[in-house]
Amino acid sequence: MDPKPTKLNRREAIKLVAAATASITVLQQKTFGAAATIAGQPYGVDPLLNKAYKSGDFWPLTLNTEQRATVLALTDLILPADDKSPAASEVGTVDFIDEWISAPYEGQRRDRQQILDGLAWLNQQSENRFSKKFADLTLKEQSAIADDICYLDQASDKYRIAAEFFASFRNLAAGGYYATSQGWLDIGYVGNLPTDKFEVPPQEVLKKLGL
Amino acid sequence: MPLITSSKSKPEYDVVIVGSGAAGGQTAYTLTMEGAKVLMLEAGRNYDPVTETPMFQTNAQAPLAASNTPDKNFGFHDATVGGGWRVPEEPYSVRRRNQPGWHEATDWNALTTDQNWMWWRSRMLGGRTNHWGRISLRMGPYDFKPLERDGLGLDWPLGYDDMAPYYDKVEMLIGVYGSNEGLENTPDSPNRTLLPAPAPKAHELFTKKICDDMKIPVVPIHRAVLSAKQDHRTVPGRLHPHNAKAQKIIGNHMELRQACFWATPCGRGCSTRANYQSTTVHIPPALETGNLDIIPNAMVREVLLDEGGKTTGVVYIDKLTGREHSVKARIVVLAASGCESARILLNSKSNQFPNGLGNSSGMVGRYLMDTVGASVDGQIPALENLPPHNTDGAGVHCYIPWWKYREQLAGKLDFARGYHIEFNGGREMPKPGIAENITNITGGGYGKRFKEDMRRYYGSFMNFSGRGEMIPNENSYCEIDPDRKDKWGIPALRFHFQWSDHEIKQAAHMHKTFQEIIESMGGRVTSKIQTNGRKAIYPPGAIIHEVGTTCIGSDSKKSVLNQWCQSWDVKNLFVTDGGPFVSNADKNPTLSIMALAWRSADYMLEEMRKGNL
Repeated sequence: MDPKPTKLNRREAIKLVAAATASITVLQQKTFGAAATIAGQPYGVDPLLNKAYKSGDFWPLTLNTEQRATVLALTDLILPADDKSPAASEVGTVDFIDEWISAPYEGQRRDRQQILDGLAWLNQQSENRFSKKFADLTLKEQSAIADDICYLDQASDKYRIAAEFFASFRNLAAGGYYATSQGWLDIGYVGNLPTDKFEVPPQEVLKKLGL
Repeated sequence: MPLITSSKSKPEYDVVIVGSGAAGGQTAYTLTMEGAKVLMLEAGRNYDPVTETPMFQTNAQAPLAASNTPDKNFGFHDATVGGGWRVPEEPYSVRRRNQPGWHEATDWNALTTDQNWMWWRSRMLGGRTNHWGRISLRMGPYDFKPLERDGLGLDWPLGYDDMAPYYDKVEMLIGVYGSNEGLENTPDSPNRTLLPAPAPKAHELFTKKICDDMKIPVVPIHRAVLSAKQDHRTVPGRLHPHNAKAQKIIGNHMELRQACFWATPCGRGCSTRANYQSTTVHIPPALETGNLDIIPNAMVREVLLDEGGKTTGVVYIDKLTGREHSVKARIVVLAASGCESARILLNSKSNQFPNGLGNSSGMVGRYLMDTVGASVDGQIPALENLPPHNTDGAGVHCYIPWWKYREQLAGKLDFARGYHIEFNGGREMPKPGIAENITNITGGGYGKRFKEDMRRYYGSFMNFSGRGEMIPNENSYCEIDPDRKDKWGIPALRFHFQWSDHEIKQAAHMHKTFQEIIESMGGRVTSKIQTNGRKAIYPPGAIIHEVGTTCIGSDSKKSVLNQWCQSWDVKNLFVTDGGPFVSNADKNPTLSIMALAWRSADYMLEEMRKGNL
């Protein structure tokens, strides 16, 4: 680095301004419009494994504010709080979905298209039916839309694509949700614990199986 | 692991070994314990499972909840480094269905590929042993003499009795759990050789109950996992009689290895050394003898030959500097995996061997085999809503060995060889895709009802996978691709592959059997049952039991190696990996690779002592 401060010439100044303008555009898009494009790199064939990562560690998350709000609302509709476990929004399922659709891999890129299109469709439906964004609807209003698309086999032709989106989204949301410790507790996964001895199944399990 | 760099290698070694996995590890262990000076060359990087293994990391702590990706084909936490179905710096060529010509292999999903061969590699010290399934089944007497028995394939130039003492030793060294069941062609081990079989899991017990009625045996599987600590007082003496130094070294290491604590999947590797991987079991004691040097990132190009027809060493590329080096040794051992060893031989051309070293028979590359794989999923209502309990264990505890020898011999089956069944189920650590099976049954939904469905059906799914014998055939082989080279300028392989009707029909039989078992359990099949075996069978290479390509035999004109895995043409050249196999029984090959490598290394030692090598 040159320790002396240098005076910008005109060409450099223009370049700087152009760059600043471009970043504002990206920022605005991220906040108000289309999701940012995928810019992150794959984690490669030799990532450090012995570490706990969180969403965003490997590649930037790309959902914009509106998309995030829609995802939050939809994950909570699919995985609401009940007496056994918290709602999806409380365990960060939205971050998992954001990480997934922001990933620089071919399969995830395909999912990204479907998910982003689906989120846009959901808001359009919400506007058409209730003149509000999906995230601002009541549970009853959200359900009215979801009921048309939550059973893929039963969806009418006009909701076919939306139903495919819903099925993919539900799979993704459940994948993120049940991978968490709260998800484990809910579903009854009690492993990942060191023990001295591997025991035969508990008596109540054997009994239930007629063993 | 303590390693050396190219500049620090000694002027000459007794033995240079190419590869550090099951074959390279075992060969190096046996030789160094008896005092031979060995150099091991590994194409991948150094790797230390003690510090690198992700123990207890949860899926939520990995990107994409640890899903399979093009970078990590078996998921984020899988031990594999720098490898997978494709290694971009090291291409290979394949045929693609309905497309003429040769293509670079680019697929990373072995279940959806249209490639005619999927070649899994690993570029790390210890190779594929770091992530393998640890299933350790002995080949039986029939498996060494299949031609004699049913007129198909090839016989080994040795029999089960020749191998049995080496199976004993390998099992004691690496630590294998299991039981002796006295079943046909499914050999028992001597007393005090196996470690105790772990308790069966609920779905395994339930499967056994149903299969008992179907006259299908469900028994403890054999896996290279320490269900209890090894007996470091008595086992060393049985492994190395009359060798106090070896006993002391291996005894210490046995004491250091911990028993399994029944958590964290074996495919990640094991930092407590409770399962077998070359990097925790073979290499540390071999290094402790002071007789082993290891150079990682060393990509071997060719084996050198002198005018007298003996090999003098190998040439390798240091992948970090791109520079070429050669090392000298009295004996060269290729243990780089069947196809990689064949590639090195085919690329070692000279006036004496214009078609590749040790290839006067023209058989190098021939008889490439994988295992027949087919799989069916089912949902078992009896397993719904089970009280939560820990089913992690050490992975698979039970399996179904091939049980239809009599019917097959009586001509009642339309295919020649057997398969065993590996079945999975239980309440496994949730991962992406967990809801898919469930919504396939419920149709979908959302909200509280969906969460209740998840609780009800979680843990009620099972998968039955067949692992069957492939018979070697003339149409399955690898050869050098004249048009493709790897990053280091080394000519790449291209693959030819065809199943015979035996494998195809066997795969169809698997599907039918799995359907019968699932339905007998009161369950429903949730994947598609294929009556056409071509649609049932997994793509070639998918099971990663790559064997053949440097076949052993009793006739130097028809085989590459003699029964000691020694080249017929070049007597100080050996291949100790899966290459020598001339049959690929349904018994997963790794244990047999190690037993064969130990036997071969014993022969090398004997011949060196006699001054023949």
